[in-house]
Amino acid sequence: MSTYSVSDTTAAAAPRAAVTFSNLSGSYGVGLAASLVWLAFGLSCLYWPDVGDWSRTESLGIGAIVIAAFILFGTFSADYLGSAGQALRKRAPWMVAFGAFVTLWEVATAKFAWLPLPFFPPPQSILEVYTDDLPKLLDSVFASIKLQLGGYIIGATIGFITGVSIGWSQKIGYWVHPVLRFIGPLPATAWLPIAFFTFPSSWSASTFLIALATGFPVTVLTWSGVASVSTAYYDVARTLGAKPSFLVLKVAIPAALPHVFVGLFMGLGSSFAVLVVAEMIGVKAGLGWYLQWAQGWAAYANMYAALIVMSLLCSGAITLLFRTRDRLLVWQKGVVKW
Amino acid sequence: MVVQSAAEAITYPAVGAELDIEGVSHAFDIDGAVLPVLDNVNLSIAPGEFVALLGPSGCGKSTLLRLVAGLEKPRSGALREDEVRISGPHPSRVVVFQDPTLFPWRSVWDNVALGLEAQGILKAQRHRVDAVIELVGLSSFRNAYPHQLSGGMAQRVALARALVNDPKILVLDEPLGKLDSLTRIAMQAELVALWQRKGFTTLLVTHDVEEALVLANRVIVLSDRPAQIKADIAVARPYPRHRGDPYLADLRKQILGLLGLEATW
Repeated sequence: MSTYSVSDTTAAAAPRAAVTFSNLSGSYGVGLAASLVWLAFGLSCLYWPDVGDWSRTESLGIGAIVIAAFILFGTFSADYLGSAGQALRKRAPWMVAFGAFVTLWEVATAKFAWLPLPFFPPPQSILEVYTDDLPKLLDSVFASIKLQLGGYIIGATIGFITGVSIGWSQKIGYWVHPVLRFIGPLPATAWLPIAFFTFPSSWSASTFLIALATGFPVTVLTWSGVASVSTAYYDVARTLGAKPSFLVLKVAIPAALPHVFVGLFMGLGSSFAVLVVAEMIGVKAGLGWYLQWAQGWAAYANMYAALIVMSLLCSGAITLLFRTRDRLLVWQKGVVKW
Repeated sequence: MVVQSAAEAITYPAVGAELDIEGVSHAFDIDGAVLPVLDNVNLSIAPGEFVALLGPSGCGKSTLLRLVAGLEKPRSGALREDEVRISGPHPSRVVVFQDPTLFPWRSVWDNVALGLEAQGILKAQRHRVDAVIELVGLSSFRNAYPHQLSGGMAQRVALARALVNDPKILVLDEPLGKLDSLTRIAMQAELVALWQRKGFTTLLVTHDVEEALVLANRVIVLSDRPAQIKADIAVARPYPRHRGDPYLADLRKQILGLLGLEATW
C-alpha cells in the first residue's frame, strides 16, 4: 500500500515540474530567440553600409526591429491573448528559422555581395517593389484572379456535369467517353497556338484553356466517383420511394463528392500552369505577364516579388478549396489537412 | 411433412398488409448459364403476421425479399400486396438490410428523414422523424454521423429509417446478422415490441433458427437452391418468449432436421 502512495506522489509531481520547466526554456525561450533573431536582422540592415543603391534599407531595418518588439510582447503575453497567443507560440520556431533566413539573405546580398548581385536582389529591393510598383502589381494580381476564376469555374462546372452524366447514363458515356480519352490527356498548353488564332480575343482563348485544364481531371474523377457508388445505397433509396432525380441529386452526387474534390484539386494545379503560360505568351496582363515584363527589363527584384505574390495566391486558392471541402465533407473521417 | 396448420386464427391490428406470393420462380444469368434461384414458391401471409424465412446459405431467401421489395421482377408468377400486384419499390414495403447502409454524408436525423424527403412530404411531417428516433432510443444521437455510431446503434437507425414510413410490410434481411450476441438479444426483444406496437406484417430472413423461433409466429423452411418451401411451421407461443421453452426447443430440433443438421442436436 505504502509503495503505491509513494509512486503516486512522484508521478503527480513530475508533470507539474515539467510544465514550469518547459514554460521557461520551451515556449518563452523560443519566442525570445525569435525576437532576438529579428532584432539581429534589423541591426544587420542598419549597421553595415549597402554595397549598392537601395532606398528601403533603413525602413526595412526599422520594420524588423518593430517585428522583434511585437514578438517579444506576444511571447510574454501569449497566455492572455487566447487562441492568437497559442497560434503565436506554435509558430515561434518558424519565426526563428525565417528570421535567420532573411538575416543571412540580407548579409549575403546587400552587405557583402557573396551572391552575384543583379540575380540575387536583397530583401529591401523586394520591399521597394511592393511599395513603389504596387499599382502595376495589384493590376496584375486582379487580372490573374479574374482570368483564373472565370476559367476555373467554367471548367469545373462543365467537368462536374459531364462527369455526373457519363457516370450515370451509359448512353451519354458511349458518346462522351471516346472524346474524353482522345482530348483529355493532351496538355492544355498544346492548344495554345491554335487557341490564340481561333478565339476572338486572347482573354477568351486563355479562359478556354484554363477551363480545359480544369475540366479534364474534374470530369474523370466525378465520373469515377459516381460510377463507384454502392448499389446498396440506390436500393435503400428506391425502397423508400426515391425517384431517379432523387437518386442522382441526393445519392450519387453526395456519395461522389470526395472524388470530385480530388478532381477539383488536380484541376486547380494544372490550371495554374496554363494561366501563367497563357499570360506570358498571349494576354497582356496578369502576374505571368508581369514576370515576362520584369525579365525584359532585367528587373530581378520585381520577378522575385511577383513570384512571392503568385505563390501566396496559389496556396491561398488551394487553402480555400480544402476549407470548402472540409466544410462539405465533415462526415468523412481522416481527411488530409492542408 | 411437419406442417402444422399455419392459418391458426390469431387476430392482428389491421395496419399490416396481406402478402401473396403466387407461383414465383426466378433465375439469374451468370456467364451465359441460367441459374434457377426460386422454384414455384407459393406463400400467403396474413396482415400483421411475423413470418421468418429459414434456409441454407445461398438458397435464394434474399432474392425472394428483393422480389417482395419490388427491387427485381420475378421471371414468372406474381407477388401481391393487398391484392395489388407488386411492380416496383414502394415505401409501404421497406427493407432493412444486413448492413445498415446508412448514408455516411447524412446525420442520423437526415438518414431517418430519407424516405419522407424522397416522397416530398418531409416539410409537413418532421415530427414523425423525431418520434421514430425517440422510439428507437437515439434522441441524443440525432446529429451524429454514421461513422460515430456502434453497429447496434447504426442498425437501430436503419430500423428507424424504415419505420418512419409507417410500412405495411417490413422486410428484414438478416438485420441482426452482424451484431454481437448481446446486442442481438436486446434488439430481438425491441423488434418484437415494435412489431406488436405497430402491427405491420413482417418478413424476416435469418440464418439463426433460435432467432426465428423467438421472433416469428410462423417459420417457413426453404430447400436448397432453387428454393422451394419445405415446411410451414406455426409457432403458437405468446410473447415474450423464453429461449429455454421446451416447446421451442422441440421445434428447433425439428427445423434443424429439415435443414439437414439433425446430427448437431
